[in-house]
Amino acid sequence: MTTVAQYNFAYLDEQTKRMIRRAILKAVAVPGYQVPFSSREMPMPYGWGTGGVQVTASIIGPSDVLKVIDQGADDTTNAVSIRAFFAKVAQVETTTRTAEATIIQTRHRIPEKPLGKGQILVYQVPIPEPLRYLEPRETETRKMHALEEYGLMHVKLYEDIARHGRIATTFAYPVKVEGRYVMDPSPTPKFDNPKMHMSAALQLFGAGREHRIYAVPPHTEVVSLDFEDHPFTIQHFPEPCALCGAREVYLDEVILDDHGGHMFVCSDTDHCEDRRAAGHVGPLGVAQKAAE
Amino acid sequence: MDTLLDGGFADPVLQSQTAFRAVLDALANPGTLQTLAMPQAAPSAMAAELVSILLTLCDHDTSLWLDHALRVDGALVEFLAFHTAAPLTSSAGDATFAAASAAAHLPSLDQFNLGTQEYPDRSTTIVLAVPALSGGPVLRLRGPGIKDHIEISPQGLPADFLGQWAANRELFPRGIDLLLVADGQVLGLPRSTRIAEGQ
Repeated sequence: MTTVAQYNFAYLDEQTKRMIRRAILKAVAVPGYQVPFSSREMPMPYGWGTGGVQVTASIIGPSDVLKVIDQGADDTTNAVSIRAFFAKVAQVETTTRTAEATIIQTRHRIPEKPLGKGQILVYQVPIPEPLRYLEPRETETRKMHALEEYGLMHVKLYEDIARHGRIATTFAYPVKVEGRYVMDPSPTPKFDNPKMHMSAALQLFGAGREHRIYAVPPHTEVVSLDFEDHPFTIQHFPEPCALCGAREVYLDEVILDDHGGHMFVCSDTDHCEDRRAAGHVGPLGVAQKAAE
Repeated sequence: MDTLLDGGFADPVLQSQTAFRAVLDALANPGTLQTLAMPQAAPSAMAAELVSILLTLCDHDTSLWLDHALRVDGALVEFLAFHTAAPLTSSAGDATFAAASAAAHLPSLDQFNLGTQEYPDRSTTIVLAVPALSGGPVLRLRGPGIKDHIEISPQGLPADFLGQWAANRELFPRGIDLLLVADGQVLGLPRSTRIAEGQ
């Protein structure tokens, strides 16, 4: 007979959870400020969402319903294994449906369906410091945040315009939270930035390797940095989703053959499934009833 | 039941999760009332809601300030030492958490640790027991977490609370965060909230 080792509820020990919980509370009180925390080794490598997993483990309870997405998809390796992890160590119900989830852990996308009151979106963040590529020293970036000195970031965006004629940053596009802190929205496409603004959901960000937690409370101003003559714009796709025909959603390119054949499909798999179930069909899609 | 040993949460893991989510929801949605998990027994000197929050968030890493009325109660100090191991401090400016049984026992808010401009997260979180979270003078809140505005009417706030809070808000991102507790519920006032007289 084999005995399976018993983990504490949600894997982390209680002292670790308390430490992370305290960091989360301070993060919520100072929207956009990166709170240092004592990140733990997790049973998965850095880059797989150790920060997000620690945040989720500290907030999750038995009555929560968890959804995990990786680039919008519920069925990729990262999403499947994190969902299985919490199903095992916290015995929580999991779902792929955005509307049914109370906690959504995400790697680099925000669901297309607007989030509601009471939902918590947990982001996995690789590099939390938006100024890091401009100034490598933590002592300096910390001072820049303290003094609200963000001129360097505008210079960076300006250099984009000088070189490319437009702001060429397409993901991890810097935002200003509640008129105070410049924040990295994690490497989400800039397409998703407007969804953060005045969202009804609580947004928590965890960076495991970098030991930082930050947050955006519900109904909080999140403004993408731009210039009057070069206003912030999101990506637009010329074609609709090939499967469900959706427009004004974020699309992934899928290569179909080695002769240049390709199609664009919804990055948000749940949104695409919902639409197809509701009878929407894209140019390459098959009507759901016919397919069954 | 031996309050010292058997008091605290009946199910420490899940009840502290419940209480934490209440505090999180309270700070993320300032002005809303959230229901705490309650300890099965706690020393009579301290409101059970205060105990619930301290059990949830305090440990050996957090210095704890108690108001005079709480600090003189030996049974309470022993209880907190046993269940949280939080080191007590008599200096409000060094406290990670501060617990007050009544506004009259609370020094002015700027006596507590306000954090630094570089590390605003190091400020004190004050937990204040009030007689009730409604029925008092109406206050109007605005700020992050609040859609447009929300009205609250807690009783038993410190004298000149609005002036003290405005000074605290002025320090942003520095400043203390305040949790008001009564009747098994918690109401959060993070430093980002702006408060004005209602109506």
